[in-house]
Amino acid sequence: MAADASTAPNMSSAPNSGRASSLQRLARRRSTIAVLMTTPLLVVLIGLVAYPAGYGIYLSTLNRRMTGFMEGEWLPTGLGNFEILLESETFWAVAWQSCIFAITAVILKALVGFWLAHMLHHIPSKGQRKWRGMLLIPWVIPPALSTLGWWWMFDPAYSSINWLFQVVGIPAVPWLGEKWWARLSIIIVNVWYGAPFFMIMYLAALKSVPEQLYEAAAIDGATSWQRLRYVTLPMMANIISITVLFSLIVTFANYDIVRVLTNGGPRDLTHVFASYAFQVGILSGNIPRGAAVSLFMFPILAICAFFVLRGVTRRNKEQM
Amino acid sequence: MTEIKRRTLLRSGAGVAAAGILSAPMVHAQGTGGTLRCGFWDHWVPNGNVIMRQLCAEWGQANRVDVQMDTVTSNGNQILLTINAQAQSRTGYDLMSFPAWEPSNHQRMLEPVDDVMRNLTQKYGAVNSAAEYLGKPAGTWVAIPAVAGTQLKPSCVRFDLLQQHAGIDIRAMWPARGERGATADQWNWETFARAAEACHRAGFSFGLPMGSFTDAVDWVGALFNSYGAFMMDDKGAITVRNNAKLRAAVEMCARISRFLPNDVWAWDDGGNNRALISGRSALIFNPPSAWAVAKRDAPQVAENCWTVPMPAGPEGSFAAYLPYFWGIWNFSRSKGAAKAFLEWLSDRAQAERQTNGSNGYDIPPFASMADFKVWETEGPPVGTVYNYPVRAHHNAKTSIAMAPAPAAMAVQMYNQGLNTKLVARIVQGGESVDQALGWVERELNTIRRGG
Repeated sequence: MAADASTAPNMSSAPNSGRASSLQRLARRRSTIAVLMTTPLLVVLIGLVAYPAGYGIYLSTLNRRMTGFMEGEWLPTGLGNFEILLESETFWAVAWQSCIFAITAVILKALVGFWLAHMLHHIPSKGQRKWRGMLLIPWVIPPALSTLGWWWMFDPAYSSINWLFQVVGIPAVPWLGEKWWARLSIIIVNVWYGAPFFMIMYLAALKSVPEQLYEAAAIDGATSWQRLRYVTLPMMANIISITVLFSLIVTFANYDIVRVLTNGGPRDLTHVFASYAFQVGILSGNIPRGAAVSLFMFPILAICAFFVLRGVTRRNKEQM
Repeated sequence: MTEIKRRTLLRSGAGVAAAGILSAPMVHAQGTGGTLRCGFWDHWVPNGNVIMRQLCAEWGQANRVDVQMDTVTSNGNQILLTINAQAQSRTGYDLMSFPAWEPSNHQRMLEPVDDVMRNLTQKYGAVNSAAEYLGKPAGTWVAIPAVAGTQLKPSCVRFDLLQQHAGIDIRAMWPARGERGATADQWNWETFARAAEACHRAGFSFGLPMGSFTDAVDWVGALFNSYGAFMMDDKGAITVRNNAKLRAAVEMCARISRFLPNDVWAWDDGGNNRALISGRSALIFNPPSAWAVAKRDAPQVAENCWTVPMPAGPEGSFAAYLPYFWGIWNFSRSKGAAKAFLEWLSDRAQAERQTNGSNGYDIPPFASMADFKVWETEGPPVGTVYNYPVRAHHNAKTSIAMAPAPAAMAVQMYNQGLNTKLVARIVQGGESVDQALGWVERELNTIRRGG
């Protein structure tokens, strides 16, 4: 007979089990064991995720001195910081820049990662490992360090990239000093850092596509583009969605690249939510307003997550 | 014979132990005065920390207090994060170094130190006005202006280049002695702008940052102050509209900015140092740290450097000032010891040791301490940093950007670099002066709402 659905298998002898105390029975229940086993994780989640998030929401409702709730003119008391931000020109510029940065960087990372994964997939397995290792290097270096390396290459006065440009007669580029170049610079660094993650995820997905599907497509006379469009992409759709969602969350919340490369400049045109929240909250001593800035990411990411996960669920249902 | 029972023995033993503990002195590792935990700013000049450790040990031994000293770096704003974390958790050091705006940010959490400041001002005279503005936000001193870490940002000039390309003999203007040169009155922003243009054309542009880091905000703030140009008054009222002084300052700053390297908008606090040390720039605004690095890495540059006050404007000469403070948390259990220690650290003898230990970098808050020998003897060339501290013959005041706005708002204006962004919008963004002033007015309204 199979073990009871609600209790762990009884290892003790049958005559003793009848005398077990209620405490022992409780300890033997599967649900009790499950709770005990997940308690460390729950403690970590509550302590390091739920509590800081709740405290952040609470802080965002306070006034600058944190002596009471922040009053609003057209929003209720407690939402005054959000009202001020919604009316702030700089905040909207930050929101716009965050979207430009995150969306562009994620699209480029996905494309570069996809291309790299395909290249790797077609390398014989003997040489694949070392290429895979080399291509993962940007992702395993701590981003604050690698960004510092990039900063030296972009450095306004001593850019090594500009030095190379001058060697071949190309005029120097103000990488961090001009609006669009500065935006491009932080996107380049983010793509360099994040593309290997996409590559490794897509490579795993490519390896899981059954070879018979390609053989069947070849028999039907499918071109390589058609194989990609009608076999590879549908089979990878869920992985692509999840990877994009994960990367979107991480990229939206990016702080170190902007902080090290541009500090939000020139003229606040490269600030993202996290760097602006730090400037307003910690540097300027307005912690509640800084918390409000960082919380603006939440609804944007929640909407993205809703649509992406809904797509994943739908595809799963179709495949069942 | 009385029988000694187990309970009686235990009771007696406990009594003896309790009596011993209660009557014994509070014995700590080093003395009997308890422990004092200090978080001092991690000095850029390596010897600065060594001197501070020596001072901690000396005072600790003399007063039988176990002085524990940590250094907290300002790299990555670690010191700000530490201050905020300790303020939120109400636990941590007894006393800390606080960057310029932090005393007013945390004034409710800091132990008032009016008594210490009263003693110090009786001995050494008044503290400079910028330190008082930052350390005494609501009529009460909440932190003591520190020696270690406090800096001024005067002009560090390549006298050879300025002579060659702009025809200015800066050493004759500001000699290394307590008097002004015959032409010192000509050292104003108009002269400065003409020199900036001449040096720019010669390929030695002045290295003046225009981003949102402190070096940029401080020099532009000093220029604004020398024009009497304030964006917000001491009551918190916005004073941007129809402000002729502000417009004049903005126009002068925009004029100078057009003769700077085209990437100054992205410079951090090291950009100007690098410009000087590389030999590409004829002038920067900086403490002598840039010159000190040049002495090590590019001696031919250092030999031609000369520190002089910032140029004067219509309202006088202002010296960009960025102080540190020493503050005592109100949750400290050693407030008395902390006050005694900080007063001792601020005394002339200890202040001079800190300044000497930092090769003249550290600036004491008292004008009466502007005569330390180190500024006369440092070189080459000898006397190069004589005019680093504000001396009487400079006729200058210390300047903190965004003053006299209430500190709670000024700190936000300062950290968001509103003055440099205002100029950047005109010079880099192509906006008119009126458009840029309209933008800054809207930003100030946002800052003012909610305090």
